[in-house]
Amino acid sequence: MDQDFSVGVEETRTLKVPDSFTQIGTITKYEIMNYFRARRFFVLLALGIIISVLLTFLVGYYRPYSFLQSSLTFYTQWWGGSITFVIILSAIFFGGDSISSEFQNKTGYYLVSRPVRRSSIYIGKWIASFIASLVILFVFLGIAIGNGLYYFGADVPYQLWQSVLLSILYMASVLSFAFLWSSLFKTSVISVLITIITLLVVFPLFDSLLPALVGVEPWFSLTYGAEVITAVMALTYPVHEIHSSTPIGNGHFINLTSFTPYLWEGIVIMFLYFLVSAILGLFVFEKREFI
Amino acid sequence: MSDSSIEAINLTKNYGKFTALDNLNLKLEGSKCVGFLGPNGAGKTTTLKIFTDLIKPSSGSALINGLEVHGNKKKALENCSALVETPEIYPYMSTREALNLVADLKGLPRSDRKRMIEEAVSEVKMDEWIDAKVGKFSKGMKQRINIASTLIGYPSVIFLDEPTTGLDPRGMAEVREIIKSLKKKDRLIFMSSHLLNEVSDVCDEVALIDHGKLLAYGTLEDVTARFSGDEGIADATFSGPLEQSSIDKDVSRLTNVISVERVNGNTIRLRFKGGQRAQEGILADLVSLKLGLVEFKKAFSKLEDTYMSLIQEGN
Repeated sequence: MDQDFSVGVEETRTLKVPDSFTQIGTITKYEIMNYFRARRFFVLLALGIIISVLLTFLVGYYRPYSFLQSSLTFYTQWWGGSITFVIILSAIFFGGDSISSEFQNKTGYYLVSRPVRRSSIYIGKWIASFIASLVILFVFLGIAIGNGLYYFGADVPYQLWQSVLLSILYMASVLSFAFLWSSLFKTSVISVLITIITLLVVFPLFDSLLPALVGVEPWFSLTYGAEVITAVMALTYPVHEIHSSTPIGNGHFINLTSFTPYLWEGIVIMFLYFLVSAILGLFVFEKREFI
Repeated sequence: MSDSSIEAINLTKNYGKFTALDNLNLKLEGSKCVGFLGPNGAGKTTTLKIFTDLIKPSSGSALINGLEVHGNKKKALENCSALVETPEIYPYMSTREALNLVADLKGLPRSDRKRMIEEAVSEVKMDEWIDAKVGKFSKGMKQRINIASTLIGYPSVIFLDEPTTGLDPRGMAEVREIIKSLKKKDRLIFMSSHLLNEVSDVCDEVALIDHGKLLAYGTLEDVTARFSGDEGIADATFSGPLEQSSIDKDVSRLTNVISVERVNGNTIRLRFKGGQRAQEGILADLVSLKLGLVEFKKAFSKLEDTYMSLIQEGN
């Protein structure tokens, strides 16, 4: 009880709170520690590895022609076929409750009442989720390239690297989008559920139904924009709009339309989602009250 | 002498139609401990939350050391520590890591860090748990870590929101000792509490609040002298239930008795004027009425008297 804190009195005035960049780094460091300690990083890493191992087994055992036709088709099927799903899983694991949990668990009281800007907390957490997701993405990429080397040697098509860059942009936008939901709700389950529903149900429904039923391009859908991740790996970039007619008898036809975003269009959609979600999410978190 | 200050200027907080804080004006300066007293929902925690940026005011300003919290939070809270509403600490962290997070955010020099964290942990008697995960701690242990976190970074202003919440009687006594020791170190401490004895024991000054309005502020002696006057409250207990007619006809008409209310079947509470001499007379009168008086004692301390009378007036 009689410990002396008097040494602090003189130093009170000399102590200088670090700049916001340093504080962002601090938040990032502790958030990554959270991912490791709470095992969510390892759970997602295990999921990524399970998907990769399954693909390795299926391709090795069945030797599907669609995969083994060329190194380009191999990477298109392997990488293009699963990376968007892996990215969405990352957003759900790392972004879905990143902000809402601070309110639900009351841990925000410990952090927000310190001399640190709310924006630093938000950005630090976002960077942590981005780094963790990036590690998962590169592990997935490493296993894909490992398999590719086995079947096709060092012939890694340049389109894969284009697709990887687009995947990283998609990851940034999906994480920002998940953070936005996370800052809008104070309950983790709700923010995670809404992230899952929008990314895995609502957007994909728009992507398939709108063109097919009414011939409208779903330019406002994030997952539609992400189609460039696969499209860029095609031998020739797909046509933007395709109309097809299927006869159903009695001289009647079903007219179907499908769209593939232009490369620039996909990039703009993903970038705008990143930017708008980040600004809105930050704004909401700045205004949010710990009641 | 510390030149620390906190100031609420026309601070107002509305939740829809409910006004939690109503034009609160309060300025605290220097090195002292100020108790912030009021019933549940009076606006104590709301005030502390505004000062620590957990909520925003509807209007008015909250200043720490002359700096507006909501315009310049980082600078305003630079020399502050706060414990508001028993925060949860990240369960995956150890005590040391939780305090290191605070030290990192406050920019505590590496050379001081280890010593300061260990001193703070020792101060709250958690030495043997310094490397244990916070997630395994009881509520009381977490509250000790929260208190330790307020000691990190040499704060000149400390906000404490019912700091003894969740602690056992021994823990409460220890926390009061910590606050008393902090007081000696040139700091301004603003502490909300329900516990009048805690405030009397620890604080130099008291601010009374109800319905979001400041009712009184001053030293404990000033406030109690100003507002409790020579009125007192005493409880009288009888050997059996007391008839209402006896209360109305006999007890209420005793000299110096202002009002009487029934606490339970056998006990009544008397508000009286005239200080100790009147109290002595009332006791003698009650005995002479032969109603079976078995106990007669002052119900509240001087601060409690003041608190009760101000809160009742407010209602």
